[in-house]
Amino acid sequence: MRIPPRNTQALAVTLLAGATGLTLAVLVFVIVFILGKGLPVISLGFLFDNPQEMGKAGGIFPTLVGTLILPLVAILIALPAGVGTAVYLSEYTGDNLATRIIRFGTDCLAGIPSIIFGLFGFIFFVTTLKMGWCILSGALTLAIMVLPTIIRTAEEAIRAVPAGYREVSCSLGATRWETVLKVVLPNALPGIVTGIMLSIGRCIGETAAVIFTAGASLRLPHSVFDSTRTMAVHFYILAREGISNENAYGTAAVLILSVLLVNSLSYWMMNRFIARRTK
Amino acid sequence: MALAFTALTSLLLIAIFIFKEGVPFIARVGFRDFLLSSDWRPQAGHFGIYPMIVASLLVTLGAMLVGAPLGIACAVFLNEFVSKPVTRVIKPTIELLAGIPSVVYGFIGVVVVAPLIRSQFGGPGLSMLCASLILGVMVLPTIISISTDVLASVPNAYREGALALGATRWQSVHLVILKAARSGIVAAVILGMGRAIGETMAVIMVAGNTVQVPRSALDSVCTLTAKIAMEMGSATGPHRQALFAIGVVLFLMIMMFNALAMTAIKKRFAGK
Repeated sequence: MRIPPRNTQALAVTLLAGATGLTLAVLVFVIVFILGKGLPVISLGFLFDNPQEMGKAGGIFPTLVGTLILPLVAILIALPAGVGTAVYLSEYTGDNLATRIIRFGTDCLAGIPSIIFGLFGFIFFVTTLKMGWCILSGALTLAIMVLPTIIRTAEEAIRAVPAGYREVSCSLGATRWETVLKVVLPNALPGIVTGIMLSIGRCIGETAAVIFTAGASLRLPHSVFDSTRTMAVHFYILAREGISNENAYGTAAVLILSVLLVNSLSYWMMNRFIARRTK
Repeated sequence: MALAFTALTSLLLIAIFIFKEGVPFIARVGFRDFLLSSDWRPQAGHFGIYPMIVASLLVTLGAMLVGAPLGIACAVFLNEFVSKPVTRVIKPTIELLAGIPSVVYGFIGVVVVAPLIRSQFGGPGLSMLCASLILGVMVLPTIISISTDVLASVPNAYREGALALGATRWQSVHLVILKAARSGIVAAVILGMGRAIGETMAVIMVAGNTVQVPRSALDSVCTLTAKIAMEMGSATGPHRQALFAIGVVLFLMIMMFNALAMTAIKKRFAGK
């Protein structure tokens, strides 16, 4: 028996639309479920008080600080290296063996799971370099983790700067380096910032790479050599050890809200960047 | 110039340090006893990771059974059947899925999915099935965004040609476009597999973590990643080396997946 093409078309569209609907429904469910249970827990006290009894009561202030500082330090480390790589790849060389190897390394690095970064950070920064569990160990580990993202977005942004800009700058007598610094990078800035935002979003949600390198201390850190606990780690410990479901929901809600905020911001910037470019 | 090699150096450092800890251990215990024995008792000096390898592969396979059809269907629908403005709203929304931290997915697995499995199918709830479902959702963004890019790169002439021959839109999709995009979609699925096999925190929360070769999807399992993360904090001496050796196995698996995906993508461009 042959089913008429018009019917298979209708069936296919229904199934495909159903799959898309299901995906959206899962997304909405996850967000609504966590926010529904978590938002009532959040208050000023919850955000700015110190936790008591390992997080059973009290607030999440130290983890909020940890979540702010750790990605920030990570970006400070990854940014020069990432943008430097991107500039080198797009401005100073063409397609040769060296760039192909660098690109290959970057692609591989992007595929490595966070637990491997955690293992590496632990054995290299924490143990071999004797830095111990601290913000710096965690930030260095995260920096390596987000490096591919920063390189990719920066390279795309730099390539999108019209060749004419460079030619004009060079014809005015600027050196290549001056051109990069004063013409190319400022024009590529929005794209680079998008990469930074995406990286921050990834750092905020990270657990496996952080817990073995930055530790899980609930004390307020005084320097980058102190251990800290991020919200993601705090949430994991609360939920896994069954310390307090209520505070776990609250922490998860703050966590999701911050990630959504950071990611939406980066999408918005990316779209603005693309819109400006195609004008 | 020197900065440009940071990524490469990091990759090498990671490989060197993990292999330095893990490989001598595998050599000492013996390849066979490490990979093919089911006896994991670190205190007694037995380090067989066979059940964990099986668990990781099965959970990944399960995740693909959930994630691949759903993800590819989504990508096809968004790229071929929906108008551009609608896609421009839905696609970023779905990409937000990628931003939700893995611990949150794990938590949803524990409080929503596991009880549901327990009441509907019996068993402990925290199981291979639960892990596969959660991971299946977690790999969706990877599969969808890569597949959409691949589909978008199929030349428009293919679509127009098929439609001009009297094909319906669906016929043009499954007879022409999917064939043209096949290797790219394969790459998307393989990269998704890489993500699934490497996922840790969500799996620890939902898989139950019993070291055993599962007999059914409702059995509790312990994956390679879960083993590393759970015992890393307290392990010392040979036990810790064993965990790094698991890391070596995981590293090699992921590199294999990446290499496969890259060849699939290369083949695609070579075929053009």
